[in-house]
Amino acid sequence: MAVIEARDLRRTYKTSTGTFRRRSLEVEAVRGVTFGVEQGELFGLLGPNGAGKTTTIKMLITLLIPTDGTASVLGFDVVKDAREVRKRIGYVFGGDRGLYDRLSGQDNLRYFAELYAVPPREQRPRIAELFELVGLTGREKERVEGYSRGMRQRLHIARGLLHDPPVVFLDEPTIGVDPVGARELRATIAQLVEAGKTVLLTTHYMFEADQLCDRIAVIARGEIVAEGTPAALKANVSEGGVVEVEVFGIEDASVERLRALEGVHSVNVEPREQAQVLVVQTDGRELTHALLAQLDGAQVGRVSAREPTLEDAYVSLVSES
Amino acid sequence: MRTARLLVLGWLLQLKVMMRSAFNGVLSVVWPMFFATTAFFMYRAGRDEATLVYASLGASVMGIWSATSTSASSVLQRERRHGTLELLAAAPANFAYILIPISVAMSTIGLYSMIATLLWGRFVFGIELHLVHPLLFVLAVPVTIASVGALGFLLSVACVRYRSAWALGNALEYPVWLICGFLVPLALLPNWVGPISWVLAPTFGVRAIREAALGGTPVADLLACAGLGVAYFGAGILLADHVLRLARKSAALQLS
Repeated sequence: MAVIEARDLRRTYKTSTGTFRRRSLEVEAVRGVTFGVEQGELFGLLGPNGAGKTTTIKMLITLLIPTDGTASVLGFDVVKDAREVRKRIGYVFGGDRGLYDRLSGQDNLRYFAELYAVPPREQRPRIAELFELVGLTGREKERVEGYSRGMRQRLHIARGLLHDPPVVFLDEPTIGVDPVGARELRATIAQLVEAGKTVLLTTHYMFEADQLCDRIAVIARGEIVAEGTPAALKANVSEGGVVEVEVFGIEDASVERLRALEGVHSVNVEPREQAQVLVVQTDGRELTHALLAQLDGAQVGRVSAREPTLEDAYVSLVSES
Repeated sequence: MRTARLLVLGWLLQLKVMMRSAFNGVLSVVWPMFFATTAFFMYRAGRDEATLVYASLGASVMGIWSATSTSASSVLQRERRHGTLELLAAAPANFAYILIPISVAMSTIGLYSMIATLLWGRFVFGIELHLVHPLLFVLAVPVTIASVGALGFLLSVACVRYRSAWALGNALEYPVWLICGFLVPLALLPNWVGPISWVLAPTFGVRAIREAALGGTPVADLLACAGLGVAYFGAGILLADHVLRLARKSAALQLS
């Protein structure tokens, strides 16, 4: 049996719009998500903003009740056995929030150690051990309001591990952290898996998923559009090729014409300073001349062709959904 | 034992969080002066010392109530804004035992307000406090604080489910000053106010404190205040898990 199991999970949010004439709206954030995570596996949930990653993770950690479908962690149902699930999981999310700024790092951990019923005698050594693990030894007594973003994020990880949970949920843990800090965090995450923990990680950084995850599920518009190892996902687009064209002032009509070309899988426009870069995924045939012929009126800069990456596989999957 | 540790440590750390807020600090200094001054100017025409003590004690309980009522609701909004409410809800501890120390920490801040009000009245307006039943007075103060904290806890339970419920605390602040007889005797208010005041522990708390200080029979009021406090705690503990479930269903734990 999988450690984390989601079966046809759905979640709808009710909201309203308008000031005087209020209309209620229903937003389907997650639409039938099914996956399983095995013991000791690092499973990545990859998707753009608003794809349903955080909603999925919040259902799994018992903060949201699914509108439909079922989910379990270590065999405990996330709705019926919420307290049993909470005892066995750690939850870490990215960003500045989720800590008591006016308390020291140590007081923050003391409070959560109590909430997670860490035995009093074990609290002090456990907290010291975690400060050591996340590289915050010597900063324990400082107020969190003086911590940098990277330090806060590491404190979050320490908080999530206080009760030594066998399953850890990490929701975009490296978001907003500088490259060096993010690299250190990734090393800490890798250590968790080496220690035998089962980890579910959500991220929208391709290289992070590629580097860390054993398996990845790509989620877009509330549905899983692909699932497999990073290598298998890359293989989906390895038959094809990618052409990047730097252009200045391209019109939407030209992009549509490119998309309509035979042999073109997807066209993505990435703004880059004054220019835009067209990332065109093809089925492998030589299309450079045909592509340039559709760009009439736009000033063309550098043109290059390359092998597809995991990011291309991701963009292709998300664009197609 | 574990529950007691959770309650005590939670209270201590929440108290630390509140005491380190510069904004709360300024309010804690200004409010007691405001309350004591209001009470003095309302009653100074009577020139009766007992009346001034009566008003001064009422004003001191106003501080406890104001520190709790407005904060009980806004503190949950603060937890929500800081992203800690979700983490508290995701912890395996009983949710009620997480909320109780937060409310009681707020009424403890009210204790400071009470002392400051009495001192301001003593040194600025010369209102001297001679206690007829000092032991009962010393007992009545913490019982009133705990009961007001329990009422704050009940309010905070509502705030877990309803994001806008923080406004409820603000809306209740001033009416309770009147309904519970902090400044004006209940006998002067319309009859229909009576039943409302009887379900509010501060009514009995302030009466017990006054009777312990000025003479009378405070025990019955003290017991009524304690009984209502226990009832609020009981209702809050029973409701907390249910309300948390509703909040999980409606996604009310997060800010957006």
